[in-house]
Amino acid sequence: MQKQNKLATFEEAVLPHLNAAYNLAHWLTRNDTDAEDVVQEAYLRAFKFFGGFHGADGRSWLLAIVRNTCYTWMQHNRSPELSVPLDDELHEIESKDLDPEALLVQRADTLMVRQALEELPIEFREVLVLRELEEMSYKDIASITDLPLGTVMSRLARGRKRLQLALTNQMHAEVLS
Amino acid sequence: MSCQRADELIHGYLDGELDLARSLEVEQHMRECETCARAYRSQTTLRSSLKDDSLYYRAPEKLQKRIQSSLRKEAKSEVFPRAFGWRWLTVGASLAFMLLIGVVVWRFVPRSIRPSGDELLAQEIVSDHVRSLQMPGHLTDVLSSDQHTVKPWFDGKVDFAPPVKDFASQDFRLYGGRLEYLNNRTVATLVYQRRLHYINLYIWPAEQAVATGEKTTQRQGYNLIHWTSSGMNYWAISDLNGVELHEFARLVQQGPLW
Repeated sequence: MQKQNKLATFEEAVLPHLNAAYNLAHWLTRNDTDAEDVVQEAYLRAFKFFGGFHGADGRSWLLAIVRNTCYTWMQHNRSPELSVPLDDELHEIESKDLDPEALLVQRADTLMVRQALEELPIEFREVLVLRELEEMSYKDIASITDLPLGTVMSRLARGRKRLQLALTNQMHAEVLS
Repeated sequence: MSCQRADELIHGYLDGELDLARSLEVEQHMRECETCARAYRSQTTLRSSLKDDSLYYRAPEKLQKRIQSSLRKEAKSEVFPRAFGWRWLTVGASLAFMLLIGVVVWRFVPRSIRPSGDELLAQEIVSDHVRSLQMPGHLTDVLSSDQHTVKPWFDGKVDFAPPVKDFASQDFRLYGGRLEYLNNRTVATLVYQRRLHYINLYIWPAEQAVATGEKTTQRQGYNLIHWTSSGMNYWAISDLNGVELHEFARLVQQGPLW
């Protein structure tokens, strides 16, 4: 009887966040089928560990599990994505790389944005998706990604600059062609 | 405020994550510095490009059904963990009887043939290994295949410098590291991966500097190898077969043979 209640409570707390889970998994795996498999696996894991959840924020709790499941999945599939060391310094782009005259002045086309965001290294992509699409606070992003608050802000800053650079280059290329 | 500092804080400002004093400083700086003001405006444009509903992937309807049905199955198996029957009661009774015998024997055997420190430690390590694989996110505190990221991570967390090497070219990939509490002390734990198998390698300083050869044991289907060298105790455990785990232990001790 109690177990049935567990399922009902779980579904009530966690199932409403299915879109958030799928959105994150899709942006991380960049693929429909993989995203579905990862989300299903994450829900099973979440259910097993539901005893450890104390009702604060179902969405953050679930997204942390989805993210972990994605990373495990990528490890198992030897995704080239993770073979790049997660060393921030390697990804540094200097401000001088950004031509001040070439800053983004108009809204970019959605297809272009999707492609540019998909091509960002995963550690920038994940914080941008959580911040811009999921509209989460730095605190929630920090707890999901297991990063210090300061790192969340600097990854967002770098990720946005890279995205901006990619979009500006693309828009210029289009104007020229 | 310098432009370099503003460069990052602009993002906190954009996200409404700065306290009042910081926000005012950023505003003040942008009034004085046209470059940063433009960078900020450009970021607001970028943000509006990202605020597009079609960038958000919505779960297909069938996924919810698929998840719900797998959850029901899972919930059922939790209620009736396998078929409970008389067979299990018999097993339980015989286990209880064996336990009783064990306790009786324990009371009367001399101390010298009781489990040694190594055996108790091996049990502790098996439990820790199992736990590390069960809990999501528990396997590593620092997730990196780069030895130059993992090694400094231990600085200040343990009072010794564990040797950290990656053996990716021998197909034992460094996966990350974490801290554990074992044998009444904090030990460094390195995690390696070979195909789908994980290896936990526990390292801590030895009390005696005498090097010992490898000792291998098996417990609950896991292979364990331990040895002491260069003043450190090493314990490696995995579900990997004994031959390959031995190969791993040799690599750790001698480095790759070219």
